[in-house]
Amino acid sequence: MLNISNRKWRELKQQIGFMTVRLAALIIFIILGILLYFIFSRGIKVISWDFLTKMPEKGMTAGGIFPAILGSFYLTMGAILFALPLGILAAIYMTEYATQGKIIRIIRIGISNLASVPSIVFGLFGLALFVNYLKFGVSILSGSLTLGIMILPVIIRASEEALLLVPHGFREASLALGATKWQTIYKIVLPNAIGGIITGAILGVGRVAGETAPILFTAATFYIRKLPDSVFSEVMALPYHIYALMTEGSHPKEQKAIAYGASLVLIIMVLGINLLAILIRNYYRRKKKW
Amino acid sequence: MTIKKNKKEKLLEILFLFFAFLSNILLVGIIIILFKESLPLFKEIKVLDFLLGRHWYPTYDPPEFGILPLILGSLWVTIGSLLVAVPLGLGAAIYISEIASTNLKEILKPAVEVLAGIPSVVLGFFGMVVIAPFLQNVFKLPTGLNALNASILLGIMAIPTITSISEDCISAVPRGFKEASYALGANRWETMIKVTVPAAFSGISSAVILGMGRAIGETMTVLMVAGGAAIIPHSFLQPVRTMTATIAAEMGETAIGSDHYFALFGIAVVLFILTLIFNIIADLVAQRFRKRIV
Repeated sequence: MLNISNRKWRELKQQIGFMTVRLAALIIFIILGILLYFIFSRGIKVISWDFLTKMPEKGMTAGGIFPAILGSFYLTMGAILFALPLGILAAIYMTEYATQGKIIRIIRIGISNLASVPSIVFGLFGLALFVNYLKFGVSILSGSLTLGIMILPVIIRASEEALLLVPHGFREASLALGATKWQTIYKIVLPNAIGGIITGAILGVGRVAGETAPILFTAATFYIRKLPDSVFSEVMALPYHIYALMTEGSHPKEQKAIAYGASLVLIIMVLGINLLAILIRNYYRRKKKW
Repeated sequence: MTIKKNKKEKLLEILFLFFAFLSNILLVGIIIILFKESLPLFKEIKVLDFLLGRHWYPTYDPPEFGILPLILGSLWVTIGSLLVAVPLGLGAAIYISEIASTNLKEILKPAVEVLAGIPSVVLGFFGMVVIAPFLQNVFKLPTGLNALNASILLGIMAIPTITSISEDCISAVPRGFKEASYALGANRWETMIKVTVPAAFSGISSAVILGMGRAIGETMTVLMVAGGAAIIPHSFLQPVRTMTATIAAEMGETAIGSDHYFALFGIAVVLFILTLIFNIIADLVAQRFRKRIV
């Protein structure tokens, strides 16, 4: 008798436990749903062809967000152009050359701690080094370099993973044919890892596109009269634009509507970029079966 | 010919080595610049007065640069965010790794990834237009921009980190542990709570610490929703101001080389050291997990 009730009690506890963790997962799902619902339902009313392709008008209370989209594009491209080659070179050393555990450990500590630096600290670093010391000013160049440094750890890790996926036999076969180490890396390892590296780079783009803090003092401005014409121009950027619409200006109602539209555009951009990365990864995975 | 070739190979290796150390070099560069740009302040005021001063009035005459309210503001919202993120994130991780069917996993895992991909400025915007009015109505407050709002949003931001790392760690617990537990007559829930989760504990802790590091360094959401009052917080329903938000809000208006400018870099030093400590602890704990499991 006692045994049966004990078993029932344990089963009840299991039921309650399962319910609790299921509820946790459900709440996260609901939070995401509410978030996306609000941004999509309000944002979609604002978005039109003109909204995406026109300059802002009437002191940011009407018109489009084209310069902000373009500015974000320049900044992310600049950041990737800077970080991708450096990241690949670093990853090549880690996977192809490094033999001593100690050196690898020190490098890894550097990468992991660089990844943990708060984004606003990168912003200050960029302000002091690029904007003031090197006199690049508040510009696309300063912003891209700052963002590029910030995503360097992401690019290194992704490239490293991609390089490690290339089977060892490939390298040995190439070396056995008399190729030097560099020839092997350049002609055999890199071409076979390129899919993974591209995936990593695109994921990096997705992260950079949404960053605001690093560009606050290095690149972004609320309003520009004309589109940027050189890497030394200030730019509008989508995430900064959303922030500025909500905290500056004198027409909160109109600005809020535009901020909804801009948020939706930003979310679609970021999620679209991530989706693209996943599709490319799957494509290369299917193509390469070692 | 071969000698020339060897030389080239050697040169390339050295080149690669340099780029591999780039992260370390940048890290040192960041440290140097942060210290260089903040040291002049400490000719004017003592480090302890800076860290423990209770008043942040950078534009008063004479100015006061005490960042205790900002440090406490950051800690409040960080702890608040953990109260949101740990139960939800860990619960979801247990559910996804141990209970959910394969089909549900295929929905839940991408959902968590989507949440991780939402830009912080969009979350801040959501906090301003949705959560703030809601809190204002529920608690009958003059404003919904306060520590609670910031904690909720930072919690949402920390959930993906906590969920995905914890899930990996729970899944990495060897099957033999569970089978031994079942063999002793424990049911699935008892096995999870008394065997699997404790075995993954150090991995989960490292996930939580990483989430904390992210929350304390997060800028845009707290800048937008925390309310921005630089006072020592007493309640979650009060507006607070964090270190990150202070830098972001004030750097644009300070003159380069002024005490205010140096003080903002001083805050960045404190922030940098705090996140560094969190990251090192998380790394050490994660290493312990790997040693235990493997």
